[in-house]
Amino acid sequence: MIMHRKSPEDQPRIGVYVCHCGVNIAAKVDVEHVRDFAASLPGVVVSRDYKFACSDPGQELIQKDIREHDLNRIVVASCSPQLHERTFRRTCADAGLSPFFFQMANIREHVSWVTVDPGAATTKARALVAAAVRRVARAEALALRQVPVRPEVLVVGGGIAGIHSALTLANAGKKVFLVEREPTIGGHMAQLDKTFPTMDCSACILTPKMSDVKNHPNITMWTYSEVDEVSGFTGNFKVKVRRKARYIKEELCVGCGDCVDACVMKKEKVQVPDEFNVGLSKRKAVYMPFPQATPACMVIDPKQCLQLMKGKCAQTCVDACERAAVDFDQTDEIVEIDVGAIVMATGFRPFDAKRIPEYGYGRFDHVYTTLEVERLVNASGPTGGEVVLRDGTVPKTVGVIHCVGSRDRRHNAYCSKVCCMAALKMAHLVKERTGAEVFDFYVDMRTPSKGYEEFYDQVLSEGVQFIRGRVAEVTDWAMTPEEEGKLVIRVEDTLIGVARRVPVDMVILAVGLEPQVDTAEMQRRFNISCSQEGFFLERHPKLAPVSTFTDGIFLAGACQGPKDIPEVVAQAGAAAAEALALVDRGHVDIEPNTAWIEEEACSGCKTCIPLCPFNAITRDEEKAIAVVNDAMCKGCGTCVAACPSGAAQQNMFTDEQIYEEIEGVLAYV
Amino acid sequence: MSKDTPLPSAEGFEPRIVAFFCNWCTYTASDLAGTSRMQYAPNTRVIRVMCSGRIDPRFVLQTLREGADGVLLGGCRPGDCHYQSGNYKCLRRFKLLKRYLAQMGVENERVRLEWIAASEGDRVQKVTNEMVEQIRKLGHCRLEQIPRPETEPAAETHDLEQVGAGGMI
Repeated sequence: MIMHRKSPEDQPRIGVYVCHCGVNIAAKVDVEHVRDFAASLPGVVVSRDYKFACSDPGQELIQKDIREHDLNRIVVASCSPQLHERTFRRTCADAGLSPFFFQMANIREHVSWVTVDPGAATTKARALVAAAVRRVARAEALALRQVPVRPEVLVVGGGIAGIHSALTLANAGKKVFLVEREPTIGGHMAQLDKTFPTMDCSACILTPKMSDVKNHPNITMWTYSEVDEVSGFTGNFKVKVRRKARYIKEELCVGCGDCVDACVMKKEKVQVPDEFNVGLSKRKAVYMPFPQATPACMVIDPKQCLQLMKGKCAQTCVDACERAAVDFDQTDEIVEIDVGAIVMATGFRPFDAKRIPEYGYGRFDHVYTTLEVERLVNASGPTGGEVVLRDGTVPKTVGVIHCVGSRDRRHNAYCSKVCCMAALKMAHLVKERTGAEVFDFYVDMRTPSKGYEEFYDQVLSEGVQFIRGRVAEVTDWAMTPEEEGKLVIRVEDTLIGVARRVPVDMVILAVGLEPQVDTAEMQRRFNISCSQEGFFLERHPKLAPVSTFTDGIFLAGACQGPKDIPEVVAQAGAAAAEALALVDRGHVDIEPNTAWIEEEACSGCKTCIPLCPFNAITRDEEKAIAVVNDAMCKGCGTCVAACPSGAAQQNMFTDEQIYEEIEGVLAYV
Repeated sequence: MSKDTPLPSAEGFEPRIVAFFCNWCTYTASDLAGTSRMQYAPNTRVIRVMCSGRIDPRFVLQTLREGADGVLLGGCRPGDCHYQSGNYKCLRRFKLLKRYLAQMGVENERVRLEWIAASEGDRVQKVTNEMVEQIRKLGHCRLEQIPRPETEPAAETHDLEQVGAGGMI
């Protein structure tokens, strides 16, 4: 399968193509000069420059040259191999040349885009082209490795992104594992009352999809579970899922709630803040997050339950459960699954408004976040849908503050995208429910989507007062009798150029979206990247927005960046489609960049064996040499760098190829 | 190079630096610097390897021998290696190599190892600029000028001292 050595008659006949990339390269690099320079290099038969090498005519030009000039090596000096290596390899393959007789010189990302001086850029481009020419002369014909792909897909996260991805994949006939950390699926969308701009009831559109997930024959739904470990590679991931003990037998529980009524934590002061209602109500040790929770199954909080903490409790819940579903002996269970693709849909966390102390969140009772007000206006929320403050009064004046934790260099420089619309929705809902006078403090109003600007117009016409300016402070320090007992919002109204004090009864902070707390940990576990602000990084911002740099792992929803529901659903569908494209094909092509051992040179010293992170190297005791298992080798080359006798080599990255490259970048200056 | 050897004039000297970047993090970061149009010194030439664990210390020696004035190695941040631990292997070899280079009289600043994550295009810019400045001050690396043994066949110039031999490096 693999030819390690060139046959002597295989003299390199190299074609070099210097791409202008429109003006992206040509404006900095003197492409004609680089072309002429390349023509002078040993082995180069054809050297051309072309406007867009990756275009169809560009590729046809290369193929024509391969045929007419009998070229057996191709160098394209253009963009990063991450972008177009595959394109040009295919070009070569279609013209009957091994795709591995191709080398790319990155003169755009590494040269023209980062260099000020055109002369220096041209010199650098020359060096990279020379290196590519020298390297490609040493290229070897290799065969792509094909590995079968598991048909199952893992979806991590059961918010609307994970739900939509899982359903799409399951409907296509694929087995899906949906893993959710919380006791129920639904995510943040389940906490919302209405969705902008159409004001559909969030639960009404979400809960049917939640029960679809639960009832779908192709979906295995594991809530209260986390991914502990991921190994393997595209098409063949091995995943360990920790199914946390919920101390309730899921298969027996019907969610009747008898155990909750029976739980001994009857006094409110011993109860704990209810996560689902963002702490606006209390819950007992045994609970169900919300009535439509899926699965409709209770969970016992081990940090609250007296029996689990102290081993001392009357265990009234056990007695109350007619189905004997309570099980204090449950332990975490680790399940191992094999999947072909992974969709990350781990969502976001709302910005913690306490980090902006001048807005008084956590200090003043009547400062709320948007998510809290969602629960207040929700009919099944802690107040039954009444907008009442913590002291039981109904607010007469309300201030909504935008950009809390977003577009603020102290916290997050980025725009969280959804909060303008969320703030408008709050203004609309609170006004509708209470008739209060609403002031909306915005920095820039950002409503660019279908029906969003119209919604803004509607809220404007409802009489909400819009004040343009970043709020300086929320204070209870009254300066006039009217301000007594109120919260005063201090702001510079930038439209009239006046510093204002606006007394209100209630403040709503439109908090931004942040990456999940453990994103860095997840990034490691799944071996994917994060962008600077901490969201998962897509492979390409335009052309591969749901792929990651790790093949086989895709991104859906707000884990990749702030998004509203329509965008999340669209992206979740895209991620599902990409995952489907992978697992449905049945196999993946893997770079043949594996290591191998030259038998005659190996002294059997065993240096390489413990270095291999994948245990791909074993020792052939009979021959007393090391042997690389091609199927297990992932092609890092660590063993090659360590081999004291030069017996270990890596396809596509042999010592001689790299030495040629080193000499190439330094030789012609 | 001993300290009493006068350094060559820094006038008009442009250091040549060869960078070995791992495919997954540092090379990607370097691409990101490009797509973000971050301008930096044009003195580096990047050679892509799959993992920083592939960087044979002999590559560094040969690079200096071929006339480079500095070598920059880039890998994934600790814990982020695409191949689990290649960057740690690189670090171990790097530490030994530094000692070896010091004995050969190669200044410490000429060879640098940096962990740069895929999202850190700005660090590629910063590290490159810093290194170019430092080496500009040092002047040429004269490892290139060491006479080569005449008997040495051209094809075997690669087989320099077998750094990395033995043990778990």
